[in-house]
Amino acid sequence: MQREGSPFRGVGTVALKEAADHMTSARMHLIMLLVLLTAIGAVYGAIDRIRDTTAQDAYLFLKLFTVAREPLPSFAAFLGFLLPLVAIALGFDAINGEFNRRTMSRLLAQPIYRDAVLFGKFLGGLLVIAIALLTLWLMMVGLGMLFLGLPPSGADIVRGVFWLAATLAYAGVWLALAIAFSTVIRSPATSALAALSVWLVLTVFWGMIAPLVAGIVVPIDPFDPMSVLNRFEWQQAIARISPQTLYGEVTGLLLDPAARSVGPLFMHQMQGAVIGAPLPTMQSLLIVWPQISGLIAAMLVLFTLAYVVFQRQEVRA
Amino acid sequence: MSTVVLEAKGLAKRYGDAVAVAGIDLSVNQGEVIGLLGPNGAGKTTTILMLLGLTEASEGSVSILGKDPLRRPLEVKREVGYLPDSVGFYDTMTGRENLAYTAKLAGMSRELAKERIAAALEKVRLSAPADRPVATYSRGMRQRLGIAELLMRDCRIAILDEPTSGLDPQSTQELLDLILDLSRGGMTILLSSHMLDVVQSICSRVALFNKGRIGFFGTIEELAARIGRGSFVIDVEADGIDLGQLAGKTDGVTSVASASHGLWQVEATRDVRSDLAKLVVEAGGRLKNLDLRRARLDEAYNRYFREVANAA
Repeated sequence: MQREGSPFRGVGTVALKEAADHMTSARMHLIMLLVLLTAIGAVYGAIDRIRDTTAQDAYLFLKLFTVAREPLPSFAAFLGFLLPLVAIALGFDAINGEFNRRTMSRLLAQPIYRDAVLFGKFLGGLLVIAIALLTLWLMMVGLGMLFLGLPPSGADIVRGVFWLAATLAYAGVWLALAIAFSTVIRSPATSALAALSVWLVLTVFWGMIAPLVAGIVVPIDPFDPMSVLNRFEWQQAIARISPQTLYGEVTGLLLDPAARSVGPLFMHQMQGAVIGAPLPTMQSLLIVWPQISGLIAAMLVLFTLAYVVFQRQEVRA
Repeated sequence: MSTVVLEAKGLAKRYGDAVAVAGIDLSVNQGEVIGLLGPNGAGKTTTILMLLGLTEASEGSVSILGKDPLRRPLEVKREVGYLPDSVGFYDTMTGRENLAYTAKLAGMSRELAKERIAAALEKVRLSAPADRPVATYSRGMRQRLGIAELLMRDCRIAILDEPTSGLDPQSTQELLDLILDLSRGGMTILLSSHMLDVVQSICSRVALFNKGRIGFFGTIEELAARIGRGSFVIDVEADGIDLGQLAGKTDGVTSVASASHGLWQVEATRDVRSDLAKLVVEAGGRLKNLDLRRARLDEAYNRYFREVANAA
């Protein structure tokens, strides 16, 4: 049956309202404070380290994001770990919260489609994350200029912007996951816990699970050197189920022009290569293109799941 | 004059094996106030959701202002306002902001919305607390805010689901007055309730729901005539006799029920007071009181649902 009218009517209104809600919510303030503090800590550590090695470093500015000083991890690693938390905080009660506040039936009785509600919620969350990311990134750039006295080059900015976009896609995966849980599970507390457990498993434990599973699937044969490679590739494939692994690879390539590959490299592949010479930005991007596609695909799959469930849901609680 | 604005034919909704609504026909004219009455779980809310197109019907069709709410939901929802059962608002936003949000969703311009919101809030007497967060509102204020939303959107049809449930008598009366106001403004109103006295005072017609069907659809007077059986009720107070045995044979008496010790309620098709008095005195009883009154509608209503339950 063909329906009349655009499903996108009201998306903007819902998205802006959601964004405004997030911006003023105590939840968002707390989590952004956490992110801000860790970010400042990470940059401070990085700047300290970079000062010591300024002379030998070619891509100083990008190092700001990737260099770490014990015991703090780098800014990029921090984002990989904390960004899912931000996204989950924004999305875990997106749909079931409306049901619990009993606003859902009133909202759906307005002249908009259900699609607009879900799209709006997702876009609103993504908008807030984008603003927060951009602010953080600009702050990092500013701090770098202030303490290192070094402006970023054009190429640095381009790489930085691509990396920001990839980061947003990574956050989108987690936001879509949180919204999917909020659609399927009626209690906000349960859906938050469910999303947080997925986050814990995929960001903390997945790195331990992947080699274990790979070892079971492809045992190493001491007389067959190819089995080592085989096993490594399996391990990598399993690890890439976690969006954090994908994001880590994207970060590694985009923020380090000297990086050549995310997988194993053979000597014969390196023939004629100038070790340590930077790759053009587009080439770096090309290498991690599958990872970026993977992140976006995961986001779309999760969002579609939420969409299908939400469209079929009964309005009455 | 009496154009049909809302029509449902053979509307049914099944959840698996459970039947929520089993074939409903309903036709509402412009400007009417219709009461949907029935116990909880009789299918009132499901029917309302199907009328709005918020739930897809298993069978049957709905036409609102000549449009199918499933096929042209946006146009239908623009004309029809819905106040859900225990309506919710965004607690952290003020009443005015809540209305502004729905105005924006309805596609109203900012100036028009501002003007209409102020007028609507004035009308439901929420102007003073309009800029406080809704979290501080009482239940009655929330319901009034819901009415303000309908006013602001200027719908042609309003569907109110249990608007008075959980309200104190004074708030109930205030709300009913507001609903009557809406009706005088030309709005067609459907209102569901399980309390007859609420509906009785403002509805032009009522539909009695039972187990997913409409058992009766007509005016209050027709309802009284149909299910009132004997339309005379006589309270008899007497000592020393058993009226239940005596009065049963009297011509015109349809039933005798013992209300408490020495107190009976006799239903009859005519005024049987003199016969009853004679009976009591001849049996040697002491007659203390004979009181004739018309059957109250809520009694008729309760009796209707009792009858249906017995028949099932």
